[in-house]
Amino acid sequence: MMPSGWLVTAVAIAYLGLLFAVARFGDARADAGRSIISANVYSLSLAVYCTSWTFYGSVGRATSGGLSFLTIYLGPTLVLLFGTVIAKMIRISKAHRITSIADFIASRYGKSQFLAGLVTVIAVIGVIPYIALQLKAVSASFDIVFANPVDMSEPWWADSTLAIAAVMAVFTILFGTRHLDAAERHEGMVAAVAFESVVKLVAFLAVGLFVTYGLFDGFGDVFGRAAASPELAKLLTLDPARSGNWLALLILSGLAILLLPRQFQIAVVENVDESHLRRAVWLFPLYLLLINIFVFPLALGGMLHFGGTGGDADTFVLTLPLSEGASGLALFAFIGGLSAATGMVIVETIALSTMVCNDLVMPWLLRSAWFDSRARRDLSGILLGIRRFAIALILLLGYAYFRAAGEAYALVAIGLISFAAVSQFAPAMLGGLYWKQGNQAGAVAGLLGGFAVWLYTLLLPSFAKSGWIGRGFLDLGPAGMAMLKPQALFGLGGMDEISHCLFWSLLVNSALYVGVSLTTRPGATEVAQAERFVDALSRGGAAPRASLWRGSASSGELVALLERFLGPARARKQLRAYARRRDLDDWKSLPADADFVSFAETQLAGAIGSASARVMVASVVQEEELGLDEVLDILDEASQVRAYSRELEAKSKALEAATAELRAANNRLRELDRMKDDFISTVTHELRTPLTSIRALSELLLDDPRMDLSDRRRFFGIIVAEAERLTRLINQILDMAKLESGRAEWVTGEVDLATMIRESVDSVDQLFRGKGVAVELHLPETGPVIQADRDRLVQVMINLLSNAVKFVPDSGGRVAVTLAVDAGQARIEVADNGVGLNPDELDVVFEKFRQGGNTLTDKPQGTGLGLPISRQIVEYFGGRLWAESEPGQGARFIFTLPLPREAEHEN
Amino acid sequence: MAHKILIVDDEPNIVVSLEFLMKKEGFDVAVAVDGEEALAKVATFRPDLVLLDVMMPKKSGFEVCEAVRANPDNARLLVVMLTAKGRDTEVAKGLALGADAYVTKPFSTKELVAKVKAMLAGA
Repeated sequence: MMPSGWLVTAVAIAYLGLLFAVARFGDARADAGRSIISANVYSLSLAVYCTSWTFYGSVGRATSGGLSFLTIYLGPTLVLLFGTVIAKMIRISKAHRITSIADFIASRYGKSQFLAGLVTVIAVIGVIPYIALQLKAVSASFDIVFANPVDMSEPWWADSTLAIAAVMAVFTILFGTRHLDAAERHEGMVAAVAFESVVKLVAFLAVGLFVTYGLFDGFGDVFGRAAASPELAKLLTLDPARSGNWLALLILSGLAILLLPRQFQIAVVENVDESHLRRAVWLFPLYLLLINIFVFPLALGGMLHFGGTGGDADTFVLTLPLSEGASGLALFAFIGGLSAATGMVIVETIALSTMVCNDLVMPWLLRSAWFDSRARRDLSGILLGIRRFAIALILLLGYAYFRAAGEAYALVAIGLISFAAVSQFAPAMLGGLYWKQGNQAGAVAGLLGGFAVWLYTLLLPSFAKSGWIGRGFLDLGPAGMAMLKPQALFGLGGMDEISHCLFWSLLVNSALYVGVSLTTRPGATEVAQAERFVDALSRGGAAPRASLWRGSASSGELVALLERFLGPARARKQLRAYARRRDLDDWKSLPADADFVSFAETQLAGAIGSASARVMVASVVQEEELGLDEVLDILDEASQVRAYSRELEAKSKALEAATAELRAANNRLRELDRMKDDFISTVTHELRTPLTSIRALSELLLDDPRMDLSDRRRFFGIIVAEAERLTRLINQILDMAKLESGRAEWVTGEVDLATMIRESVDSVDQLFRGKGVAVELHLPETGPVIQADRDRLVQVMINLLSNAVKFVPDSGGRVAVTLAVDAGQARIEVADNGVGLNPDELDVVFEKFRQGGNTLTDKPQGTGLGLPISRQIVEYFGGRLWAESEPGQGARFIFTLPLPREAEHEN
Repeated sequence: MAHKILIVDDEPNIVVSLEFLMKKEGFDVAVAVDGEEALAKVATFRPDLVLLDVMMPKKSGFEVCEAVRANPDNARLLVVMLTAKGRDTEVAKGLALGADAYVTKPFSTKELVAKVKAMLAGA
């Protein structure tokens, strides 16, 4: 069952009403300062790329071209991977208040009005067929759900398509021309476009699911059955002969996502936040993937279902559900298609109307006598009127093209012809972004050449194929010159028409652009603009624009100019904001300097395009013409200044780092200084202590010549012992200082460790015997031999041995010395059977001037430096010295020395 | 009656010389070799004056001084700090903790005796 025609109409109108409500909501939020444009909304709005051409046409294309329909979606995906191109376009457009792609290209090449007009003309001629295509799709879908046959013989006034075009025009006017300042964006429109993107995706998926899982048993079933039919199986294979075509389509669609006026509008002009791009980079390709998943099942399913007799594959999305009586779903699909068409038409006509108004009408208007007579009036209303008129005109042209073209061409071909037209902007656009030498003459030459080739190889042949003009030139070449056959230029045959056109047009276009740019001298403004555009990212968007202007102006005239084009209220609002940025309370006190002129021009550019804004500003200020050389000098200076500032930045960073290092070094020095103070204080104490006894006892002896002999002997004995202690201390302090500063002298030679230990023990034999200590030696006959300073090792051994003697009990004292070889190192242990050490003393004893145990009785012998010195020596030879002890079990002092490799083998 | 002097030092040879010096001057002398012993002797020996070394094991001279001054019984006890560390901060710290005089090692025996006698006479 078909749904009733009136129901369809009612639903369609209700849906448009809903879109309108979404847009109003978006605008209201934007006015309230709470934008609803999030990264997700931005990414979804990019899907305005998917028009009714996608919605209906992809399926049609898949039935004839197999998988090649995918290229149209792979191209944009690949381009989005290089998000920096779009990011750069956004950055530049915000800085210069760019309103359209024509404005962008014109602004880059010296704010040329001619270039802006040329781009606009190409865009309009290229895109109007595309708008016609949307009308055709909507009209065809209306006819299907209304169950009317397409009848072109109807008089135009009874044609429902005209009504559709009119509704869309009204809709677009309401959406798109609320303010004049185009750079202020249309947030409501973006919201509505994002909304319709969701609707068309869901609708398409719903039909896809219905066909794949309702009419068939899933993907496997569809493909399996298709493979069984020889005709359909061909679609499933990749045809290598068409790979050139694939490449052309990839390039074409990749450029389209950057260069179609509506894509530029949505991706660049309507962008509110550069960071949204990062989301779009994956979300938009994901969207494309989803909307393409069911294209092939629908194409194959349709062909299987209708058995090749079901007519137009472009309408499978509607006819498949209808044939199964799923009228609700068909209605939903219809709304999806309407959505796709509406979104495209709205954004495209807004973009085109801005271009037509700013770049075609304004330049003419600015020169006309009529305009002069109204020169003092507020013109913002007139400008809006022009835009509204342009919108209506563009849709009318689209409708006219639709009526004229009719059934002449399949949907998909028109889309590709449009893509090929806008891809002519590529050399001027991409070259302009990255190549400073590219100039206005080059851009104009390239565009004209490329456009001419496009007209000749693609548009005229399509007219001929539609029968509007004779096809003689197509088949035989103009005047019979076969070399100039439009679709086999210079004998280049064997390509499809799109690849052929793309090849020749871009070749001619790029060659002229580069060649003319290299051979002509650019104007001063061009050089300045080239600098600003190409360096947009590196200089963070802040162009030294003011420095490139010299002249005198009156702020009153500039303000009047702004008021005329923006309307007094908006102009004053912007002026107040600008005055605040310059820290002025009142905009009336703004000085008419270069910065203000630049501000006024940028504001005007937002309303009437940069080329026209340039002309208007020039009309009210007295400018001194800067010569090209002067501009180059200033730019050179500016780039030098930039280089200096980068250098300064680097230097200041280096200075900061150096300061931090110095601060750290200073802290380390302070710490060392504190340690040195502590050390000196301790050393002083250690030196003064024996001196105290020596002085006191000497004075006593001196004062009392008749002192008892026994006291005298005792006192002299103490004096001698304390003097010896003082000597030892001084020697050890010097030794320690040398070791620590690395200035100690080392006499390195072969040392037999067993022999060295025996000699050490012998030299303290007196000490052992004096206290009756038994010594046990566990040594090999000849021990491992290492390279070391023998005397230093003896010093360590004597120190450890005398320490041991100090702590063993007075009777039954035992000291054991053991030498062992283990894991590539010699291990020497000196163990005693004294009181041992507490766990916390094990490390303390290696600190300077710290002595273990009750040292009262032995004080004169210990200096508190023996163990620290020993540790320094052992560590110098790559070993370790440490103490082990269990209380009551005595202490073991152990040190290791690494062995040379061969010594390890011998043992 | 002879004044009583308590000598506190962990260096045996300094103790020997101080003990001999003070006995020769006719004082009644007792000796302690660490801080804890010093506090015990202050309570039992009841000296008039303490010669107190600063750097000692267990309890430093500063801690002993603080503990002595915390007890009101010792209000009239004279404390002479002896130190081998000559820093100004040490002197200030000792005086702040209630020491009556500060003598730096090595000292002149005559000056020390004169100072001790003057302090005891003034008390």
